[in-house]
Amino acid sequence: MEKFIYLFRGRDNDLQPNSPEAQAEMKKWFNWIDALNKSGNYVAGDPLAKNGKTVSGKKKAITDGPFVEAKEIVGGYLIVNAKDINDAVELSKDCPVFDTDGKVEVRPIQKM
Amino acid sequence: MENAEHIEINQTVDHLFRHEAGKMVAVLTRLFGFPNMEQAEDIVQDTILRALESWRFGKVPPNPRAWLYVTAKNKVVDIIRRQQVRHKVENEVSFLLQSEYTLVPAVNEMFTEDEIKDSQLRMMFACCHPSLSAESQISLILNTLCGLNVHEIADAFLSNDETIQKRIYRTKEKLRNEQFSLVLPSPESMPMRIETVLKALYLLFNEGYHSSHPEKLIREDLCEEAMRLTLLLTENRKTDQPHARALLSLMCYQSSRFNARLDEKGSIILLKDQDRNKWNRFLIEKGNEYLCHAASGDIMHEYHLEAAIASVYANAPSYADTEWKKILELYNLLLSINYNPIVALNRCLVIGETEGYDAAIRELEKLNALENNYQYNAAMGEMHFRNGNPADAKRFFSVAIGLTSSGAEQELLMNKISRCEITE
Amino acid sequence: MLLFRGGNFRGLSPELMQHHMQGWIQWMESMRSRNILLASEPLESAGKQVTGKGKMIVDGPFAESKEIVGGFSIILAENLDEALEISRGCPIFELDGTVEVRPVRDMSI
Repeated sequence: MEKFIYLFRGRDNDLQPNSPEAQAEMKKWFNWIDALNKSGNYVAGDPLAKNGKTVSGKKKAITDGPFVEAKEIVGGYLIVNAKDINDAVELSKDCPVFDTDGKVEVRPIQKM
Repeated sequence: MENAEHIEINQTVDHLFRHEAGKMVAVLTRLFGFPNMEQAEDIVQDTILRALESWRFGKVPPNPRAWLYVTAKNKVVDIIRRQQVRHKVENEVSFLLQSEYTLVPAVNEMFTEDEIKDSQLRMMFACCHPSLSAESQISLILNTLCGLNVHEIADAFLSNDETIQKRIYRTKEKLRNEQFSLVLPSPESMPMRIETVLKALYLLFNEGYHSSHPEKLIREDLCEEAMRLTLLLTENRKTDQPHARALLSLMCYQSSRFNARLDEKGSIILLKDQDRNKWNRFLIEKGNEYLCHAASGDIMHEYHLEAAIASVYANAPSYADTEWKKILELYNLLLSINYNPIVALNRCLVIGETEGYDAAIRELEKLNALENNYQYNAAMGEMHFRNGNPADAKRFFSVAIGLTSSGAEQELLMNKISRCEITE
Repeated sequence: MLLFRGGNFRGLSPELMQHHMQGWIQWMESMRSRNILLASEPLESAGKQVTGKGKMIVDGPFAESKEIVGGFSIILAENLDEALEISRGCPIFELDGTVEVRPVRDMSI
């Protein structure tokens, strides 16, 4: 088993926190991660807040907000165990991010 | 800043990357042949890159060297399996790489301690091919065996990137066209070839020792590399010649004074004024050891004598207690084997101690071929000053200043000129 | 979460690469010793991307090198500004890299 990271990218969802839609959304994520946990694949993960700051270059210039040069911002991450990258891709298929046309970037974590 | 004592920083060994780069380039060039040297260098660069990418997150493996070797080996085997070796080369190992029965064991064997040393030796002989100029030999050694890039080499020699780049490019091209594999010279040509290698290493050491480079660490690095490679020669039965050990001995004695030669401001401290407590006793002992082991065989080589002279200086309890007569005898012997004007000049300074400064000056006057030489004028100045002729001394020191570009040497001479003026 | 991008060290000599790496190790250690480093991993450059409702799979890398996430860290800090200050110690900037600093979303009700 090897470790992989999922980086979630997608449209900004403007759901009101605590609204029924937001809660439904949260439930989907919860279910998916719960399933991954039961199958022994889940390691860790967090959603990321929409705000942030970016520090760039030799002068360490600070800009407000997430990394702007990428087309979509990273909305969250998950670390999973999987047999290989294809297995990791398979395990990502039930991720709620796809319902809103989002993306999952699957990257192997470098082994020691 | 955190208190260093409380942090368990995983200290990677000094110069690990560039030393291992040097070793791996030698191993891979031996495996793939000279035509594929560039590919070998690429693989090595990639390996170190991967190490950096991975280890920078704090995960330095318990055995960094082994990690590097495993990564390089995997890459090598992968390239061979995919038929991606750039140029077809037939050498002593190539058939082993063609079968899955032998591929992995052969590659593993190349990465054993003994084979790595062997590969480096072969690379040393290739770099010091007699058809190459001394500068080319040294630049190549530093680039391939010592893991320095063009800029670092240019910096060490106070030269420019373009000059070094061209030199290395042309030298490698020459090797590519003339040699297919890395081999040790035949027993018949070994003596002559070892001579060439030792000469190059001696020059490299001197580049470091006498360098006017502003940064002390770079100068020490060059000396260290020369010593490391000379040691490699003494560790192999086929190349462990008495004069190789003598050279190593000489290098040890000279390096032992590294911390005493310059003061905090970088000004030169002459031998007679050096604080002998700052001399590295371990290196002096090593020098003694190697000199002892060099005393075998019937051939007396210059390096034996130079090391013997250095030994007398290094083992003297003080400048005044130095056995000057012994040194003079050794110089006479050295000059009889091989006359060298600078060696003759140094002998004159010893005469100053054994027969007095008048005699020294008379001996120096015989060396009129050196009239426009910096060391000659500096020596003349020094002898005249000690002989009580400040006016003459000042004249020579003033000529000497114009003959050196070293800031430290110029400063030393300025101080001496001032002292002449005070005494006048 | 700190996302590391860029900071290409391809052209460096082995000596300089080691020097750069040691800078990183010291920075990581300084966080570790303060118990504020929760996770820290380098990522392989190759990967896959699964997109949209169709869950189309594409091989990566799929962006310019300065956009690709090379690794990440999860650290503890009082607030975004403190996290920012901590991130400024990263050697990636010497090689023109970028650190994106994002708060983990608080999902409390």
